[in-house]
Amino acid sequence: MSMEKKDEKQELEARKQANIYSLLAKLTEALAEGIVELYNVEIEADELTIILPETGAIAPQIPIPIMVSPPKQTVEAKPEAAVATAVAKTVEVVAKKVVELAKVAFEEPRPKYSGRVVEVKLGATRSEGGTREKTIVIGGHTTPPYLYLIGYGSGHTPAFGGDTFDMKIGLPRAVRQVFGDALDNPIEWASLWINKFGAEAIDIHLVSTDPTIRDAPPKEAVKIVDMLLQSVKVPIVVGGSGNPEKDVEVFRSIIEAYPSEGLVINSLNLDMKLEAICRHIAKSNAIVINFSPMDLDKAEQINRKVYEWIPRNRIMLDLNIGGIGYGTEYGFTVMERARLSALIGNELLAHPFNVGAANAWGAREAWITMDPYWGPKEIRGPLWETLTCIICLLAGADYFMILHPLTIKVLREMREYLFSEPKISDPDKALQWLSSKLPIV
Amino acid sequence: MPWQPPSPIQIFQLLPKTNCGKCGEPNCMAFAVKLVNFEATLEACPPLIEDLKLRPIFEKLKSLLAPPVREIELRGSKKIVKIGGKYVLYRHELRYMNPTAIAIDIDDSMDRENILKRIEIVEKFEYDYVGQKLKLDAIAIRSSSNDPKQFARIVQFVAENSVLPIILCSLNPAVIEAGLNVLTPPHKPLLYAATKDNWREMAELAKRFEAPLSIASPGNLDMLVSLSKTITEDIGLQDVVLDPGCFIGPGGLSYTLKAYSWIRYKAIYDLWRYVGYPLIATPIAVWNYLKSDITEIMWWEAIMALTLMTRYADLLILHSLEGWTLLPLVMWRFQLYTDPRKPVAVPPGLREIGKPDENSPVLVTTNYALTYSIVSSDAEKSKVNAWLLVIDTEGLAVDVSVAGRKLTGEKVREAIKSSNLEQKVKHRILILPGKAARMQGDIEDATGWKVVVGPAESSEIGKFLEKIWLPEKLKELTA
Repeated sequence: MSMEKKDEKQELEARKQANIYSLLAKLTEALAEGIVELYNVEIEADELTIILPETGAIAPQIPIPIMVSPPKQTVEAKPEAAVATAVAKTVEVVAKKVVELAKVAFEEPRPKYSGRVVEVKLGATRSEGGTREKTIVIGGHTTPPYLYLIGYGSGHTPAFGGDTFDMKIGLPRAVRQVFGDALDNPIEWASLWINKFGAEAIDIHLVSTDPTIRDAPPKEAVKIVDMLLQSVKVPIVVGGSGNPEKDVEVFRSIIEAYPSEGLVINSLNLDMKLEAICRHIAKSNAIVINFSPMDLDKAEQINRKVYEWIPRNRIMLDLNIGGIGYGTEYGFTVMERARLSALIGNELLAHPFNVGAANAWGAREAWITMDPYWGPKEIRGPLWETLTCIICLLAGADYFMILHPLTIKVLREMREYLFSEPKISDPDKALQWLSSKLPIV
Repeated sequence: MPWQPPSPIQIFQLLPKTNCGKCGEPNCMAFAVKLVNFEATLEACPPLIEDLKLRPIFEKLKSLLAPPVREIELRGSKKIVKIGGKYVLYRHELRYMNPTAIAIDIDDSMDRENILKRIEIVEKFEYDYVGQKLKLDAIAIRSSSNDPKQFARIVQFVAENSVLPIILCSLNPAVIEAGLNVLTPPHKPLLYAATKDNWREMAELAKRFEAPLSIASPGNLDMLVSLSKTITEDIGLQDVVLDPGCFIGPGGLSYTLKAYSWIRYKAIYDLWRYVGYPLIATPIAVWNYLKSDITEIMWWEAIMALTLMTRYADLLILHSLEGWTLLPLVMWRFQLYTDPRKPVAVPPGLREIGKPDENSPVLVTTNYALTYSIVSSDAEKSKVNAWLLVIDTEGLAVDVSVAGRKLTGEKVREAIKSSNLEQKVKHRILILPGKAARMQGDIEDATGWKVVVGPAESSEIGKFLEKIWLPEKLKELTA
C-alpha cells in the first residue's frame, strides 16, 4: 500500500517535471523560430532557472497564433535550435519515465455457441440422380456471421442466383437495359445469367400460373422447368405465384416430373395446405423454402409442421426483407435474432436463410426519376439492390435471389473478400487519405 | 455476460422519492422505469439536480446508467452531434443510441470556391422520409498541404462558413495545433488521429484544448488497445474515439469487419474499458486503394460506409458528395436506429384527402408509417378528394402484411365499423392497393363491399381515379 503511494507520488513529481520541461522545450523551440505563444501557463517550482538564448530572434509578429515546427531537413541546426533539440530530448526522457506506451494485448472474444445451422444442398448431380453439373451447399454455421471467431469461415459461403420470370412483367429500366430482348424468353435470360453474369443458380418465377394473371396450367409450368433444366446446368429455384391453392398444384406437378433434380421450391407458407404438397415433396429430393415474413413464432410453427414430411436438411427459411427505406430493419433484425437463437440451440430456426433481394426494387428510390442531385435511376437501382443484399449478408443470409447483374458481380467480390484470411499487408495505406489530393466530386 | 441495465427498483431506491411529478411522471417509480428504458434522463429530475447534497447520489445513478460505450459530443458553431453511447451489440436487445454521424471531407488544398460549394452541399443535404429530415452531420478537414498556416486558414474559413462540427485530420501535430488555434468556443472539434508515432504530442494537444481525440492503429489491434490504455488511463483523457483501420480487398475487408466487431463485442459483452469508446471509420480510404473509374470508387465507398454503419461505426468520414451514394446510407441509418420495440406506425382510422364527401372514393392502405406517408402525399399531389382508410397492420407495409395475413377481410371490416364509414359515404366501394390484389375476395366476403383493385404504385392513384371514378363506371361496378 505505502509502496504504491510512494510510486504515485514519484509519478506525480515526475509528471510535474515533465510538464515543465515540455514547456521549456516549447519555449526554446519557439524562440528559435522567433515565435512565442503562451496560454494558460502556470509554473509551480521551488527553483527554476530559465536561460533564454540571447538572440534578436524575437520577431515582431508574435500575435500570430500559429506554431511552425522546425523543418526536418535543416542541414545544420542553428545554435538556438540545438538548445531546443537538447531540451526536447530531455523532455522525451522524462516523459518516457512518466508515460510509457503501455503494452496490452487484444483479448479475443470467446463466446460459446452450441447450435449449428443445418447444411442444405441445392441441386443434384448425376450420381445423386439429377443432371446438375454444379450443386451448392449452404448453411453449416456454428458462430454468428462475420465475427471471425474460428478462423474465417464458419460454415459455407453464401450463393447468388439470378431471377427470371416466365412472362413479361414490369421491370425497372436498369434491368431491362441489361437483358434486352432476352427478357421475353426465360431460357435465354437464364443463359445470359449463367454465361455472362456469373449467376450460380437460376430462380424461375412462374408468375403466369397466377389465377388473377394468366392462370397458366401446371403442365405449362412443367414445360418451362423442363427447358430450363436442359439449357442450364446449375440448381434451379422454382417460384410459384403466391396463390396458396394454385402453388400446391403447380409445385406438385413439377416435383412429380423431376423428383431427383434437387429443385428448390419457393415457397411454402402457413396459408397453404401443407400436407397436400409436402407428401409429394417427401418422395423427391427437393428442397423447400419456408416463408414466414418477419415472424419467428410462425417460422417455428411452419418448420414444425413441415418436419413431419421433409428432413431438416432440405429446409431453408425466408423471413422476408424490404428494400432500404421500406422495412429493411425488420428483416435484418429478425434474421439476426433467428440466427443467434439457432446458435444457442434452437433447432427450429437452425436453417439457412433465403433472401428475395429483388424486393429492394420495391423501394421507389430504386427506380423513380428524382431530382438530378440524387443521380440517375440506372445507378441508384443496382446500388439499392446491392446494399440491401449486404445488409442481409451481414445478418447471415445464405442464398440470394437477385434481379440485376451488377449486384451479383459486387456480391461475388464481397464474398471473396469476406472469406479471405483477415490479414493486412500495408497498414499505413489506411491513413493515406489524410494527405492525398483526391478528385473533387 | 453482456451489459445489463439496472433494475427499476435499484434506480428507484436512489431517487429522492419526492413523487413531486416535476419530471413529468406521476411518481418516482414511473420515472425509474423510464430511466432504465432510456426514455428519460436524470437531468429531468429537479430535486436530484438542485440539491447539491445529492451530488454523490446523482453520480452513482449516472454511473449505473452509463453505457459501456462512452458518449462523446462534438460541437460546431451551431450544431452538436453526439456519437457512441451504445448499450447493446444487437439492436433487438434494446435499441442503438446516437445514429452514426456522417462527415464529409474538405482538403486544405482545395480552392475556396470548391470548399464553399462542398459546405453548401453538406449543409443543404436533406431528404424527407417518413416525416423526418435526413441530414449530414459534420465536416472533416484534412491537410494535403501539410502546411500549418494553410491548414489554419482553411479551418478558419470553414468555421466561418459552416455551422457543423469539425474534425481536424492530420498526423502532424503542428498542423492539428494550428487548426485548434483558430477555433473558438463553442467549437469542440474531434482530432484525428493519435498513432503509435505521434501519440504524445496529440494527447498533449487534446488535453490542452480539451478536444476529443481519435486513436488510429490501422491493422494492429494490440497497438490500438495499448494506445487506448496509455491515453485514457495513464494520461487521463476520456473523450477518445477508436479507429482500427478501414481496408478493402482480400484480407482487408475481413480484417476490418473482424476488428470493428471484436472491439464492440469486447466493450459490450466483456465490459473491457480500453475499447469502451465510439468507433470512427474512414471509407474515404477507398479513394487511395482503388484506381478504377470514379463511379466504381464511389460505389465501394458506399458499400464500406453501409457495412461499417451496420457493424458498429459511430462516425464515418466520406469523400463522395453524390446524392446516389449518400441517399441509401442516410435511409438505412434511420431504419437501423429506430426502436425495434416500436414499429414505425401511424394510428389506424379514417383520414381525409382534400375535401371528401359522401360520393368520394375510399382508398385502403396500411398503417406502416412509410406506406401511409407515401400514399397520402401521392394522393394529395394528384389533387383528388378521397377517404383514406388506414388499416391496423401492426406497422407492416402492404405486400408484407398481405403475406403475413395482417391485411385481411376481418381487419378491413373492423376498420369500416370503427370509423363509421357506412354513414360517411353512400356507395359501398373500396379501392384496394394493387399489391393487395390477392385479398380482394376475402375482403368482399367479410365486408359485403365491392372491392376494386387499384394501382400497385400510389403515384398512379390520380390517373386511376380519373378513369374509374365516373358515374357510368360506378354503375357498372355496382350492378
